[in-house]
Amino acid sequence: MNRYTISVFTENFIGILSRITLIFTRRGINIDAFTASESREEGIYRITIEVTTTQEQIVQLAKQIEKIIDVIKAFYYTDEQMVFQEIALYKIPIENLDPGLERVIRQHNARIISAEKDFVVIELTGHKEDTQELLEVLKEFGVLEFVRSGRVAVAKPMETIDKYL
Amino acid sequence: MEDSKIRGADIVIKSLIAENARYIFGYPGGAIMPVYDALYDYVNQIQHILTRHEQGAIHAAQGYARVSGHVGVCMATSGPGATNLITGLADAMIDSTPLVCITGQVPSHLLGTDAFQETDVVGISMPATKWNIQVQKVEDIAPAIARGFHIARSGRPGPVLIDITKNAQVSAGEFNYVPCLNIRSYKPYPKVDDRAIQAAAALINKAERPFVLYGQGVILGKAEKELRAFLDKSGIPAACTLLGTGAISENHPNYVGKLGMHGNYAPNMLTNKCDVLIAIGMRFDDRVTGDLSRYAKQAKVVHLELDPAEIDKNVKCEVPVLGNCQETLEKLTLAVDQKSHEDWIEKFRELEAEEKRVVVGNDLLPTKEGLTMGEVIRHINEFKADDAILVTDVGQHQMVAWRYFQYKQSRTQVTSGGLGTMGFALPAALGSQLHDYNRQVICVVGDGGIQMTVQELGTIMQTKAPVKVVLLNNNFLGMVRQWQQLFFDKRYSFTELENPDFLKIAEAYNIKAQKIEKRDGLREAVAEMLIHDGPYFLEVAVEKEDNVFPMIASGTSVEDIRLS
Ligand SMILES: Cc1ncc(C[n+]2csc(CCOP(=O)(O)OP(=O)(O)O)c2C)c(N)n1
Ligand SMILES: [Mg+2]
Repeated sequence: MNRYTISVFTENFIGILSRITLIFTRRGINIDAFTASESREEGIYRITIEVTTTQEQIVQLAKQIEKIIDVIKAFYYTDEQMVFQEIALYKIPIENLDPGLERVIRQHNARIISAEKDFVVIELTGHKEDTQELLEVLKEFGVLEFVRSGRVAVAKPMETIDKYL
Repeated sequence: MEDSKIRGADIVIKSLIAENARYIFGYPGGAIMPVYDALYDYVNQIQHILTRHEQGAIHAAQGYARVSGHVGVCMATSGPGATNLITGLADAMIDSTPLVCITGQVPSHLLGTDAFQETDVVGISMPATKWNIQVQKVEDIAPAIARGFHIARSGRPGPVLIDITKNAQVSAGEFNYVPCLNIRSYKPYPKVDDRAIQAAAALINKAERPFVLYGQGVILGKAEKELRAFLDKSGIPAACTLLGTGAISENHPNYVGKLGMHGNYAPNMLTNKCDVLIAIGMRFDDRVTGDLSRYAKQAKVVHLELDPAEIDKNVKCEVPVLGNCQETLEKLTLAVDQKSHEDWIEKFRELEAEEKRVVVGNDLLPTKEGLTMGEVIRHINEFKADDAILVTDVGQHQMVAWRYFQYKQSRTQVTSGGLGTMGFALPAALGSQLHDYNRQVICVVGDGGIQMTVQELGTIMQTKAPVKVVLLNNNFLGMVRQWQQLFFDKRYSFTELENPDFLKIAEAYNIKAQKIEKRDGLREAVAEMLIHDGPYFLEVAVEKEDNVFPMIASGTSVEDIRLS
């Protein structure tokens, strides 16, 4: 089993996300993370799916996704073939905002993006290992809420979607 | 209403007419009523066939599509009407049958409110359609239908569902039908790579024991002629899958039989002896391969296939040849050497003789008292026309009819292959017959399966479609009983049926009917049926506990095929 990222370029039609997820559901495969956004091309959506599976299975998954009528192209990559980031937000009680916490924030290159009456929100962008590490450290300051995004990723291979249009 | 504008409901019908749809198989109801109202004005341009159940409508559309090669059209109302289509959609999806299904939906403003007869049909049908869409605006109706037809019939065909809200059906809009020819995200025909052709030819030319397996892709790709030319030149023996049956005549000198669980002894056994396996328009279904870990491991595989997702899905191949097999076969034929493989084909003939001795003889010319399914098919062969279409349901009778019916032409075999849908045959036979009233359409069905869609005798009565129904009655869910006998210690758990008087049922529908219980009279009855002008219902009481052999038990290897 390996970690793969599938990068899907699609038309923006209702139902397309369901059609894609059905391919995983049907085979009993769990999706680790899922993000969708506009791509460089206007009107074309880019969906990034993180999945842990075998080399054989990932080839099949990509082909099945590409078979969907409104999917333009599905690429899959290993971690080494991608530049990727995830963003994490941590909500900490305001009373724990002390010099110790500030030092942790600085050490991890995180930042406070919002300070409210009862809490502060800290943000860190990086790989899962980084955001996870910060989570462990912050636990002693009391984490009220934690959320991490799916990965956003661009591929190292220089192939672009243009030639499939 | 402005002059140039028409109702969405009229746009639906005019779009279907613009696509040259000849029939709509359907069933009305609240959410589709405006379309039915519009239909009333176009009965000279398109025919509607009122079935007795929406499942009947979609199977009829499938039968029509399979024999005609055109897109089958089917219509139903929202909620239960639409959910009754699901089995047919799944069936058409797995058997690559082109369909456009139109369902009515509650008005847009009621979507998501659990309104009367509201079902999320787009959601439910998603995994069972090649493409589906909900249309809520009148201006989107014609483009959706145009797109639907293009998707259904191009590339690897499949079913499409278009769900149209009632408000869109009753609003007015311009009608200007523009056929859909291209969708930028959809490339139905991969470009043929000449290097793949050369690589395939190199393997084939070196092969000593090459073996062709052909499937429905040959029929869907209209590549029957190209397949024949390829076999004629290369001299390679060829076997068919269930759905590929009929693509070439069984009289072709290279034809060596049928693949799969109840196929022929020789092609199954020798799959594990060939050195190059050439798969053409087939998908290595598990009923063909048996245990994959012991399937053709010695062979190099060449796979001619249109759908890239089929490559390496079940069987890894050395040389994938992507493209429509009409084109790839033509190119491959040019690239292969003229050869004959007489000694190798002789191996098939030896095993064929073995199968004849142990199985076929007893099936076709039984010496015991009880009637066999095989002898009924033997008599059908005796009297049928060369272009007769055989439609079968699912079970023992399906496998026996498939094994023994003499297929002479393409598109003469209609059955539910991938899904194995009991209840398929009767409505599919009706749809097949409507393609051509003058062709013989023979519907072979079991006593179990016929009761799943028996109501379609009503549609046969109303359309006067001269379908010849042959009920092979063993008073059992025979195929399941066979498995119980072989693998579950003869524990016949809920497979014996107490059946109605089928003759009375047929007669209630005004269909001429006859029942045969003894060998005496069987031949005459079959002859009478086939010359009868109009629908006919022939029930044959066959041996209750006969088994279908050869058989590859599930989970075993093709070479574990048993003859008894
Ligand atoms: C809708 C559906 N339900 C159940 C099955 C499982 N099944 C496969 S064959 C069979 C028995 C069919 O009995 P019958 O129609 O009498 O045909 P026979 O095998 O006796 O020729 C059954 C129940 C099926 N294929 N389809
Ligand atoms: Mg039966």
